[in-house]
Amino acid sequence: MADGTATGSKPVERRDAVVIRFAGDSGDGMQVTGAQFTTETALAGNDLATLPDFPAEIRAPAGTLAGVSAFQLNFSSREIFTPGDDLDVLVAMNPAALKVNLGDLKPGGILIVDHEGFTEQNLKKADYETNPLSDGSLARYQVFPVDVTKLTTAALKDLGLSARAVFRCRNFFCLGLTSWLYHRPIEPAEKWIRDKFKKTPELIEANVRSLRAGYNFAETTELFAVSYEVQPAAIAPGRYRNITGNTATALGLVAAARKAGRPLFLGSYPITPASDVLHELSGLKQYEVYTFQAEDEIAGVGSALGAAFGGAIAVTTTSGPGMNLKAETMGLACAVELPLVIIDIQRAGPSTGMPTKTEQADLLMAMYGRHGEAPLPILAAATPADCFATAFEAVRIAVKYMTPVILLTDGYLANGAEPWLIPDPAALPDVPVRFRTDPSGFYPYLRDETTLGRPWVIPGTPGLEHRIGGLEKEYLTGNVSYAPANHEQMIRVRTRKIAGIVREIAPTEVFGALEGDLLMLGWGSTYGVLREATRQLEAAGHRVAHVHLRHLNPLPADLGDILGRYRRVLVPEMNLGQLLRLVRAEYLIDAIGFNKIQGRPFKVSEVAARCLKLLDGRGGEDRPA
Amino acid sequence: MSALTKKDFVSDQDVRWCPGCGDYAILSQVQKVLPELGIPRERFVFISGIGCSSRFPYYVNTYGFHSIHGRAPAIATGLKATRPELSVWVVTGDGDALSIGGNHLIHVLRRNLDLNILLFNNKIYGLTKGQYSPTSEVGKVTKSTPFGSLDHPFDPIALALGADASFVARSVDVETRHLQEIIRRAHDHKGTSFVEILQNCNVFNDGAFGDMTEKATKADHTLVLEHGKPLVFGKNRDRGIRLRDFQPEVVQLGNGVTEADLLVHDEHNPALAYLIARLGPPSFPTPIGVFSSVVRPCYEEGLAAQVAAARERSAPDLAALLNRGDTWIVP
Repeated sequence: MADGTATGSKPVERRDAVVIRFAGDSGDGMQVTGAQFTTETALAGNDLATLPDFPAEIRAPAGTLAGVSAFQLNFSSREIFTPGDDLDVLVAMNPAALKVNLGDLKPGGILIVDHEGFTEQNLKKADYETNPLSDGSLARYQVFPVDVTKLTTAALKDLGLSARAVFRCRNFFCLGLTSWLYHRPIEPAEKWIRDKFKKTPELIEANVRSLRAGYNFAETTELFAVSYEVQPAAIAPGRYRNITGNTATALGLVAAARKAGRPLFLGSYPITPASDVLHELSGLKQYEVYTFQAEDEIAGVGSALGAAFGGAIAVTTTSGPGMNLKAETMGLACAVELPLVIIDIQRAGPSTGMPTKTEQADLLMAMYGRHGEAPLPILAAATPADCFATAFEAVRIAVKYMTPVILLTDGYLANGAEPWLIPDPAALPDVPVRFRTDPSGFYPYLRDETTLGRPWVIPGTPGLEHRIGGLEKEYLTGNVSYAPANHEQMIRVRTRKIAGIVREIAPTEVFGALEGDLLMLGWGSTYGVLREATRQLEAAGHRVAHVHLRHLNPLPADLGDILGRYRRVLVPEMNLGQLLRLVRAEYLIDAIGFNKIQGRPFKVSEVAARCLKLLDGRGGEDRPA
Repeated sequence: MSALTKKDFVSDQDVRWCPGCGDYAILSQVQKVLPELGIPRERFVFISGIGCSSRFPYYVNTYGFHSIHGRAPAIATGLKATRPELSVWVVTGDGDALSIGGNHLIHVLRRNLDLNILLFNNKIYGLTKGQYSPTSEVGKVTKSTPFGSLDHPFDPIALALGADASFVARSVDVETRHLQEIIRRAHDHKGTSFVEILQNCNVFNDGAFGDMTEKATKADHTLVLEHGKPLVFGKNRDRGIRLRDFQPEVVQLGNGVTEADLLVHDEHNPALAYLIARLGPPSFPTPIGVFSSVVRPCYEEGLAAQVAAARERSAPDLAALLNRGDTWIVP
């Protein structure tokens, strides 16, 4: 019986951590399989991190290399920070999936393939001249050829489903099989199936049967001689859920708006990989969330700015190409000094680039990508769950300082998932919003003495009628002014206002040695890799440390001192050295870069190797390109 | 609340349009109508883009937002969607609305938020000193088209009707009473009201609508639309528009031709509005008045209803939201 606990009489081996990747055609349901395996794993109490990897085409021609979709999951009995470098297990549904992913499988790793997918036609589509299952080329792996299609068909034979419908249940067979192999409970997946297909009961039956068939097959077949156990991880107590970066971003925005007691408005235009934030918020109208799918990126940010004028917590979400289009409105928002959160979920560029692949190459655009002197605060989330806190903080700063705030995440964070310790709403920071209603002594640009923010006066307030706009304004009155000295004064006060946000930044956390030979300085989604590499290097006796920045503009007040305490500063980034340029310019230090721009995250081993080279006194030549 | 007057809507800013500009007349009519609408002054918001017309909000003593080129409809949409109780007006020009902001214009019209759009059409770029605009006639000689422009112009009315605008009207800067009436009707209409105001740029395109504003020629060149009335025009009101074989034609009344033979205007018939929108020089007089006024749901009302319905279904409980889905407890 597939109750998720029975393992039969086969021997059980213990593993500390397992990296598994499900790969198949984009129509094979590998993302669903991966997501369900993730849920099972979270409920089993492991720490985990995931990395979905899918093609931009919704349905590339079946069986081709371009159509391969994959989902990677790292789960462990200890704290982990990344989806893992190399694979312990690869599930490949066809030759194309094998070809694209085999390079990442460790020697001796487990390779599970759908035997029947290796037809002559599919081999040809994947450019295989001979069948790798029989030509001896897979000799260094543990290969498990399973007749997934035949076994699924047999399990469903009396249901009267079409061959195509049966074929689409194969992913749950694989989920069942791998669930047995790693002692995952399959009940969560059953529950998900029942919910997902509640309008088509025959598909509930079919998918549940496939799931159980896979589980039972693995248990009874002689093919799998052992199963593996991964103990729960020792993580902070509390209630957890698994969360992707995009969901965390959406929830962070809603939480901040609730704390502010204001409606949330999202103006957005669909774009990969940002659209899920729009989808998520569109379903949360009971939280006074107004979502508006605009006609283009410009209207997305324009409508948000209009909502901000009216007193809403206003947000626009996009990715790189859309960020370019929003630049002019961001300049306007900077000039009229209204609160607005602009979220750029970065992807590989330039231009359309690789929409489903990740990159960190929009930092300098966020920093400088507007005409005129138009400084804006920039925050970046470090992990999928951190998107919640960072989005929340972006809203808090926007309304406190009356400024647009840029929040950078990326495709890797957006779609990646990790367990999230669910916060208590009462423990979240306050987001005070005070609209000015008092006409006495009122000027539209009368500034708060501390924050330098101007008053937020919303239309509908009697006696405070006033005009704002993109033309330069007189310092206090906000009247249009071309006076030379006034312009410089306004430029300087807007810049000082943003620089003053430094007082919001907590003391920088240094992970590792407080002084030493090497500091790795990172931002954004490289967090997990840098932390794991630092841990490994420290364990090997090196005097290394890691600092990860949430605030990129302004930079933390204590950063300069910290950077000065290390012999070398290495800035790994998925770009050609953008933070690197900022810190070199800001602190006049000879920091060096480590850059990877392949649409994929760094591997821990790559970063560690780069550090070791530096620690050996080599490889100090990587200045900005 | 003491009764508002025109003076209450005059801001303390110096008006800086060129002397003789048609914008002065439009500003004055708007300031005259606003106090009559029964709305507290603080509920009015004027939003504009870039161009001569877009300086308008500075001169009206209400809330105002002088934004960036072409984007006023987008900003107005976000404001109205979240603050439906405000009376939101978009002031724009032929370049702002039809060139750089063309996309926003058609989309705001199809969504039908309850906004009023005043498009000042002077068929020229004034603020940038005299280039041809998307409503300039073919062959227009300007600084950027010394050999004559090659672009076929937009007709703003036809464009608005094509975008399914629920209220489409045209008036003329100097037709004070007509303009006031159209502004009032635009306000009264629930949905996006699109008003093209023919406006003379006396510096870069003087006399562009001279035929319609000169006393001697105006009656023969202007067709004043009135709901339920036949399409009659001319100094002696002795000419009309008749439809024959689906072709409109100008006919002389008399000799057996009576008003009963003419097209009768019906604001609630979009098909007729399309036809009338295509009338104009050289063969026809230019129609002014309300081309079309139909009732369609407003975007912001639908949005508010969805938010209200969602709140009815489930109370907003932040803790429940954060704890949604599969959760587990680590002891």
